[in-house]
Amino acid sequence: MTGKRILAIAAHRLAILVYIVFALFPLYWLLKVSVTPNKLLYSEGIRMWPSRTSFEHFDFVLKHSDFPIFFKNSLIVSGSTAIIVTLFASTAGYALSRFQFRGKYALIGLMLLTQMFPLVMLVAPIFKILSPLGLTNSLTGLVIVYSAFNVPFATFLMQSFFDGIPKDLEEAAMIDGATQFGAFRQIILPLTLPGIAATLGFVFTAAWSELLFSLMLISGNASATFPVGLLSFVSKFSVDFGQMMAAGVMALVPACLFFLLIQRYLVQGLTAGAVKG
Amino acid sequence: MPLTAAIRPGHQGDRRPLKKRFADAAAPYLYSAPVLILIVTVMLVPLVLGISYAFRDVQLLKPFSGGFIGLDHFVTLSKDQAFYRALRNTLWWTGASVILQFIFGLILALLLDKPFFGRAIVQALVFLPWAVPSFLAGLNWAWLFNPVVGPIPHWLFALGIMQAPSNILSDPQLAMWGPIIANVWWGIPFFAITLLAALQAIPRDLYEAASIDGAGPVRRFLSITLPFLAPTIAITVLLRTVWVSNFADLIIVMTNGGPADRTQIVASYIFTQAFKRLDFGYASAIALVLLVLLITYSMLIVVLRQWLLSKD
Repeated sequence: MTGKRILAIAAHRLAILVYIVFALFPLYWLLKVSVTPNKLLYSEGIRMWPSRTSFEHFDFVLKHSDFPIFFKNSLIVSGSTAIIVTLFASTAGYALSRFQFRGKYALIGLMLLTQMFPLVMLVAPIFKILSPLGLTNSLTGLVIVYSAFNVPFATFLMQSFFDGIPKDLEEAAMIDGATQFGAFRQIILPLTLPGIAATLGFVFTAAWSELLFSLMLISGNASATFPVGLLSFVSKFSVDFGQMMAAGVMALVPACLFFLLIQRYLVQGLTAGAVKG
Repeated sequence: MPLTAAIRPGHQGDRRPLKKRFADAAAPYLYSAPVLILIVTVMLVPLVLGISYAFRDVQLLKPFSGGFIGLDHFVTLSKDQAFYRALRNTLWWTGASVILQFIFGLILALLLDKPFFGRAIVQALVFLPWAVPSFLAGLNWAWLFNPVVGPIPHWLFALGIMQAPSNILSDPQLAMWGPIIANVWWGIPFFAITLLAALQAIPRDLYEAASIDGAGPVRRFLSITLPFLAPTIAITVLLRTVWVSNFADLIIVMTNGGPADRTQIVASYIFTQAFKRLDFGYASAIALVLLVLLITYSMLIVVLRQWLLSKD
């Protein structure tokens, strides 16, 4: 009986180990090639760790390529998008959580609709609309587009956080003479700070990862975001794997940082994103 | 009715000054106005415009294009072999990705459901792929499949599965497996996270009662776990199917639809038409067909659900 039990535990741990290896191996390989000197890359082939490591690829990418610009552009776009979306989503999420009003279900329906149709449908018309406004090839244009794409999901997410806060709190504040907006700003918002952080994280990650619209709307290096820069680098210098992977590691860092920030809220975020739309 | 009116019963009631009453009635609209404006201008207007493009000759490189051409795009589309291939590929890509993501996600959720030492760290590590930007996940797997820097072809060669260490992404027969494997790697955490949440909501004493009654682990899984998970499984699989069928990032990054259109799905085909050929009209016509197919799929699901519910 105990022998069987030990066997079951061993099988469980082994299966978990397999999952960890599968999840991390690609990222490990990215890191490994990025620190392998070019001379060793081909001679040592598929060794698990190079006999000598160097940061020459990072050095090159940081000093002699446009990646710092791409990184900065992506940071501006994702950061602004996250802030705008969280601001808008917190007021709209509050309205959905606390008010009954005419048109509420029309608004929810509209937001669900935006989650159902393929966004690739909008590539051409959005290009046509933004082009005469001078918003193609501009970071502002990207921020506007990404904000709209992420705001429905973020609103549902914020609503779920507001739903978790008892109504008595702002009722008490309003009996003490606060206005509704005052109660929202001074009592409810501070209580939802973890939710706000999670929303910021989700939207930042989504904007940081977006590919198709930045490919379509941005051309030229000055306002390229990280995905556009990395892909054009890959198609131009497809032999310099060390440098490409060093750039890839750079793109991974902010995403991983934000993942740690939102990890506790993954369940809430994914259910708001998946089940509601 | 605004909240303020409800929570101040008799205190002010309808004797609130007109201005205040107006402000209270307007409050929810003011709170949701920014979101509404953003969605309508950046999503709804382009959506309607995009539908109109499907019936017009809109090409970026032809300055005087834009006239209505009726159903011409759809006539062309009905003879477009590349489109039919993309439809078949979409089924294959979506079916294989979702089934594998679901099976491995369910196993992972079951493994993580039992408490064990270091579970929090393990959870963070196995969910990490979800945070990797999709373009990077695509590039990363493309590199792993590349015999120049990646180990996978050499392993397959050493195991005797491959005749020579070659890139499966350039083999027309196998190329689709590249993006599918990348997609499974990337999507397992999604299923694992949602299924784990559902698993942890199952009352534990049910399992104890079943054990006392002599039910083995397989029996407990089939009679307790699966019935409890069924609604979550149904909704996540169905929504994920729609999402994955539209998810073109990995394919565009890894193979760009090649070799010889073998990995082109409808979503990546639309993007290629708009981005490479700059033929916005034709791209919108394909997009409209895709939209109709997705709506049909969703309707079928709703009908199926009603039918299953009415049977009980």
